[in-house]
Amino acid sequence: MTRKMAETREMTGAQMVVQSLRDQGVTTIFGYPGGAVLPIYDEIFQQSDIQHILVRHEQAAVHAAEGYARSTGRPGVALVTSGPGATNAVTGLTDALMDSIPIIVLTGQVPTFMIGSDAFQEADTVGITRPCTKHNWLVKETDKLSATIHEAFHVATSGRPGPVLIDIPKDVQFATGTYTPKGSRPSLYQPRLKGDAEAIAALVKAMEKAKKPVFYTGGGVINSGPAASRLLRDLVAATGFPITSTLMGLGAYPASGENWLGMLGMHGLYEANMAMHDCDLMINIGARFDDRITGRIDAFSPRSKKAHIDIDASSINKVIRVDIPILGDVAHVLEDLLAAWTARGGVTDREAVARWWDQIRDWRAIDCLRFEQSGPVIRPQYALSRLEVLTKAHDRYICTEVGQHQMWAAQYLGFDAPNRWMTSGGLGTMGYGFPASIGVQLAHPDALVINVAGEASWLMNMQEMGTAVQYRLPVKQFILNNERLGMVRQWQELLHGERYSHSWSESLPDFVKLAEAFGAKGIRCSDPETLDDAIMEMITHPGPVIFDCLVAKHENCFPMIPSGKAHNEMLLGEASTKGAIGAGGAVMV
Amino acid sequence: MSALKIKKGSTSHSAYNLRDTHSSVEERHTLAIVVENEPGVLARVIGLFSGRGYNIESLTVAEIDHSGHRSRMTIVTRGTPHVIDQIEAQLGRIVPVHEVIDLTAEGPAVERELGLFKVAGKGDARVEALRLADIFRANVVDSTLESFVFEITGTSEKIDAFAELMRPLGLREVARTGVAALSRGAAAKH
Ligand SMILES: Cc1cc2nc3c(=O)[nH]c(=O)nc-3n(C[C@H](O)[C@H](O)[C@H](O)COP(=O)(O)OP(=O)(O)OC[C@H]3O[C@@H](n4cnc5c(N)ncnc54)[C@H](O)[C@@H]3O)c2cc1C
Ligand SMILES: Cc1ncc(C[n+]2csc(CCOP(=O)(O)OP(=O)(O)O)c2C)c(N)n1
Repeated sequence: MTRKMAETREMTGAQMVVQSLRDQGVTTIFGYPGGAVLPIYDEIFQQSDIQHILVRHEQAAVHAAEGYARSTGRPGVALVTSGPGATNAVTGLTDALMDSIPIIVLTGQVPTFMIGSDAFQEADTVGITRPCTKHNWLVKETDKLSATIHEAFHVATSGRPGPVLIDIPKDVQFATGTYTPKGSRPSLYQPRLKGDAEAIAALVKAMEKAKKPVFYTGGGVINSGPAASRLLRDLVAATGFPITSTLMGLGAYPASGENWLGMLGMHGLYEANMAMHDCDLMINIGARFDDRITGRIDAFSPRSKKAHIDIDASSINKVIRVDIPILGDVAHVLEDLLAAWTARGGVTDREAVARWWDQIRDWRAIDCLRFEQSGPVIRPQYALSRLEVLTKAHDRYICTEVGQHQMWAAQYLGFDAPNRWMTSGGLGTMGYGFPASIGVQLAHPDALVINVAGEASWLMNMQEMGTAVQYRLPVKQFILNNERLGMVRQWQELLHGERYSHSWSESLPDFVKLAEAFGAKGIRCSDPETLDDAIMEMITHPGPVIFDCLVAKHENCFPMIPSGKAHNEMLLGEASTKGAIGAGGAVMV
Repeated sequence: MSALKIKKGSTSHSAYNLRDTHSSVEERHTLAIVVENEPGVLARVIGLFSGRGYNIESLTVAEIDHSGHRSRMTIVTRGTPHVIDQIEAQLGRIVPVHEVIDLTAEGPAVERELGLFKVAGKGDARVEALRLADIFRANVVDSTLESFVFEITGTSEKIDAFAELMRPLGLREVARTGVAALSRGAAAKH
């Protein structure tokens, strides 16, 4: 047999799905069966290379795939049925699109000859998901199925990563066709990776002259892979410039690093935001000038020259005009940038940068995250500080839900490596964290995986307790229970005259009993004195745990840049908030 | 929004009006977009314009290379230079889009549109319609004793002008193709 014949094989569409995943190195998929995917489930049953994790809701399958992807750097895969299975996946797809997470979602579809007839569980899946995927395909011929799946992996992981979807009608799964192996057809989709040498040279010159430089880094560094984080650390060490990061970029530069200013933005650190406001050279590396970062556009870092390294041309000049645009992949550009800067002698204005650091040290002295734990009620900041101390030494991965607890986690937990922090930034999806933690734990069976949650968010996907227990995934659900939709309540306090319209959690379950009902362990703690012991009990328990941490109910998350304000108009504590937000700020939520 | 007394068009407060911050005059641009001829590609492009709030003044699309699976769309749009840049960058992200050419920015281009006009009338009006059609080099592609269908090719402005003249003379129906455009000169843009 010639090599070619050995590589192209006849098989059914359903077999092709499994074979393609195998060829792509996939070992775990998250899914939920239904009529339109039964042939694929039948193939999954008859093999053991790929582990299928049965979630309890399709949204959770997608978030679990996201968690798997973000924590490994490899694409995550989900498999769901047609109609309601596909529509349940939409939130996860949108979440992955906003946060640039590479995932592949396979959906079943009614047979090709029934498409358009309002058949049972028919939905226009490619139509519905067109705006919330990087790309999607409806495959109508079995012969094209495997090549499409391989192309889908390529598209999801190349350039700016994102979610893709393949809709597979049931007759295509049953029919026989020819399998096309991975890599046998070069893709037309080839985003440019290397940055323009002239633009890089311009940035080198700006770095040599800068008196008040700052690196503003983001999720793009994580997307680019481990080499990007390494190069970033080299660049920061070599230049001595300060560095801040968005929520999405935490861990690319270590929180324990000397030049670390902490997270920037709406709930970022005072020194980070002040440095952004006052700098004369801003070097944006893989961040997208999100409105949580810029605040008031016309007051955003008014005196700086701005450089922007990004792989997506539409991110450049979208929100903020930059002086030095560099289109390319972070790792490729940083490598060339370091080489070019070193070749010219590695010059910086050391005296000026030293003075800049003096200024930054003054800002730091404000100690904007300072808080005091006094009294009998646990403050959420205290709970996270203790969690940080007690888990730091572990091989640790942190997920979050969305709300105040998410911001406190970003502020009080330190990340020293990339891919250790999974959070829904762009879409802000409550219900993301728990299923994401399941995906992370599957990828890292021996690691300590903690989901820092608010009780309201956590309830949105609590059915996944079944998944955690079934697969013996020791995920720790650390719920900061304020019995409030805390972030909403905070905005209502600050913007809507303390009218707390529907922002509390009524009729909450007993989380300890809930854990026990699922066959897991529940721990409740309301006393600061016993918190450490309770956390230790959670860590050492070998199975999944729901930790119900009862915290202060009306705590606000500070620092905060009120909407519509500039970076240097940051609020540091409750005392300074009265009347600080004009009515205009209320529009930008 | 009105309760908050924010001026219409104000940009300092809303996350959604950001593009106006660099506001300058709106320009009309003709874009040629070479795409892979696959199902849904038109929906992707149109969805981008509607989803992000961009304007489409006209859109044409047809296959231009059958064996190479290539289609070409011509879109006439309007926006500030910043918005036009974003439109081009956003189009460029669509996976089956091979190339985006800004014919307005890249030097002189020829633009043509085809219009069909049904004009019904008798007597002087009918004679006048035929006379004007002749001046505009329009062809008569259908005629009855009471009506003509004229076919006219030219710039959109020329077709607008023709429509204005036909209106008082018994214009009944109009069909226009939208603009097709190519750069001038020997060089191919894709
Ligand atoms: C309640 C709440 C509060 C929030 N508050 C804050 C806050 O205070 N501070 C904060 O920072 N965020 C905050 N966020 C998150 C915020 O909404 C955005 O998600 C986040 O700021 C975006 O991060 P980013 O700019 O790093 O972009 P990402 O969304 O991570 O985008 C990455 C960018 O890098 C580019 N890129 C991708 N891959 C590559 C590559 N290989 N090479 C080069 N470029 C690449 C992409 O094109 C994109 O432009 C908050 C979210 C929530 C839900
Ligand atoms: C799916 C979804 N619905 C609504 C919101 C709006 N929202 C943002 S934060 C929040 C409250 C979250 O409450 P909780 O999970 O208890 O966290 P806390 O803020 O109290 O820490 C809400 C409702 C959202 N982000 N996602």
